[in-house]
Amino acid sequence: MTDQTPALELEDLTMHYGPVRAVDGVSFAIRPGQVTALVGESGSGKSTVGRCVVRLVEPTAGTVRIAGTDITHLSRRVLRKHRDDVSIVFQDPAGSLDPRMLVGDVVGEPLRIGARRLPRKERDRRVAEELGRVGLRPAVARRYPHELSGGQRQRVSIARALISSPTLLIADEPTSALDVSVQAAVLNLLADLQRDIGFACLFITHDLSAVEYLADEIAVMYLGQLVEMGSRERIFARPRHPYTQALLAAAPVADPVEQRSRTRVLLGDDLPSALDPPSGCRFRTRCPLAFDRCATEVPPPIPVGDGYAACHLVRPDGTGPDVRVSSGHEVGA
Amino acid sequence: MSTSTAARPEEPAEQVLDVRDLSVTFRTESGTVSAVDHVDLSLARGEIVGVVGESGCGKSVTAMSLGGLLPGSARVTGSARLHGTELVGASEPVLRKVRGRELAYIFQEPMSSLNPVLSVGRQIAEVLQVHEGLSRKQARARAVELLALVGIPSPATRVDTYPHQLSGGMRQRVMIAMAVACGPQVLVADEPTTALDVTVQAGILEVLRDLRDRLGTSILIITHDLGVIADIADRVVVMYAGRVVERAPVHELFARPRHQYTAGLLAASPTPGRHAGTDRLQEIPGLVPVLSTQPDACTFADRCHAADDLCRGSAPPLEPQGGGGTSAAGHVAACWHPSTETRTLAATNQEPAR
Repeated sequence: MTDQTPALELEDLTMHYGPVRAVDGVSFAIRPGQVTALVGESGSGKSTVGRCVVRLVEPTAGTVRIAGTDITHLSRRVLRKHRDDVSIVFQDPAGSLDPRMLVGDVVGEPLRIGARRLPRKERDRRVAEELGRVGLRPAVARRYPHELSGGQRQRVSIARALISSPTLLIADEPTSALDVSVQAAVLNLLADLQRDIGFACLFITHDLSAVEYLADEIAVMYLGQLVEMGSRERIFARPRHPYTQALLAAAPVADPVEQRSRTRVLLGDDLPSALDPPSGCRFRTRCPLAFDRCATEVPPPIPVGDGYAACHLVRPDGTGPDVRVSSGHEVGA
Repeated sequence: MSTSTAARPEEPAEQVLDVRDLSVTFRTESGTVSAVDHVDLSLARGEIVGVVGESGCGKSVTAMSLGGLLPGSARVTGSARLHGTELVGASEPVLRKVRGRELAYIFQEPMSSLNPVLSVGRQIAEVLQVHEGLSRKQARARAVELLALVGIPSPATRVDTYPHQLSGGMRQRVMIAMAVACGPQVLVADEPTTALDVTVQAGILEVLRDLRDRLGTSILIITHDLGVIADIADRVVVMYAGRVVERAPVHELFARPRHQYTAGLLAASPTPGRHAGTDRLQEIPGLVPVLSTQPDACTFADRCHAADDLCRGSAPPLEPQGGGGTSAAGHVAACWHPSTETRTLAATNQEPAR
């Protein structure tokens, strides 16, 4: 693996559960040490992407490459060799930690069964070290998950995920089940660890505000497809896809003056079914700017800055309308 | 800016709900748990009051105790008067009459509050038949009107759909339609948008605001999300470990949080676009305590950077907070060492006249 080999590369990733088209042709790459946020609402397929990457499910089509190795269809046995390269942290630590295992055993398990198998003593030392790194006392190793708070449990999940020194961490809504004050601590911890260790990270979330501190790139997903991708700065400053704009407009800000003076972008409640996604642009049924062409032609990705937006209204020079200003209003690049 | 978001003119407000000294304790296997400790709160006609706090702070228990919805292991003391009717200790027949007609609830998860085997129209109609004595036909017609009121498109068709055929946002609209069917004076919305996507949340908040504007419904909205509070509340009550720690008009609270917990919570909330470039979120160390008895101390002291022996030795009373001029009217906080911070809101000088 050279420095140029992406930590993760998805090519046309497709995952259909029977007739449900959960993920439909998603492509992007994450460079080593880079944090990419995959943002979308429930039903967008973002978690399915994560599950494909750790091969909890086998993709229907497309390719998943981790550090250059195609793992898309590897058998469980061969896959095991690559398990140490990727780790995942789930939303609900209560559900993802075995309640009958001591915290120390949960955290040390990857060093017991993985490719980096270590003797007991060495393992215990590494567990204590890893717990310290996520801000927990070594004594926590002898507790059970239910004895810990939600925030502490999520720290345990992070310690377990990182003990095998993965090159890629999948974080699937890691802070969504936590209280605001605890959420901040876990986000800070993830950001610190990422900076120190330098692993690449796919941060899956419904909450754009959670990724502003740690994402380098943001990919926005809607109904199984990416609609926009770009640097964090560009997505926040100049979102080009109407859906990205709507997402940013919808997240309420903790400032009553600003919040009450914002233009409301109401999309309607009905997310179309992934069984039968709309023709053309999948967002058109909720898009305030949709016109005839959106129903007939699938919008190609138009380059915008370092990324792209898949919308017919984005012009070749990367400019386009902003639903947050008013329908059809033009804003500069 | 739509008119619905403008502040309401200040007028001698008619108190619809008046809660005084409300305390709730639970008997559990591991002893007594004090969930709510001497809470005072009031709700005027047409007012939206937000109760904000983290899990375990007692905000939902406070709300549930009003309608007598707590399990038998709960012991409720104090007073909660709804238009003169005392709710604490009221008999079940009295409460049953109050619930629905005068006090209605919507909860976080509409799917578990709806009956999956009845059409949404039937469920709304049932409320009207029981409480208003309408005929089946009248009730159905009224159900269609109510679905239109909460912004459900083609209500005449949707009235016959079943809950599973609707999206989460639509289901929550149905719950709201059912809750307001009998024109209650007070609507308690307990985390009404927490299970919903942000693009759907905006629509639900719009419906609540619209109900207040058109029907004059008073709304008590319980949430952990300061963004929701900033969007919809006129006044805010901040709860921590069972106690009210701060109470203020919404602009005042966000501009001049006085309790250290409120200030910490505001600093810990990520706000898109506001913090770009800064590298960290502010944390509040530690956890919300679970209390068996309410100590004579500030319950936030263990997590507070400003805490000293005074905080650990006696509970601070809710005291008026100055410094904000006239806008500080009604601002109280229970803190021995209140924050002196003034947060800059977006164009504070354009604050709508209150």
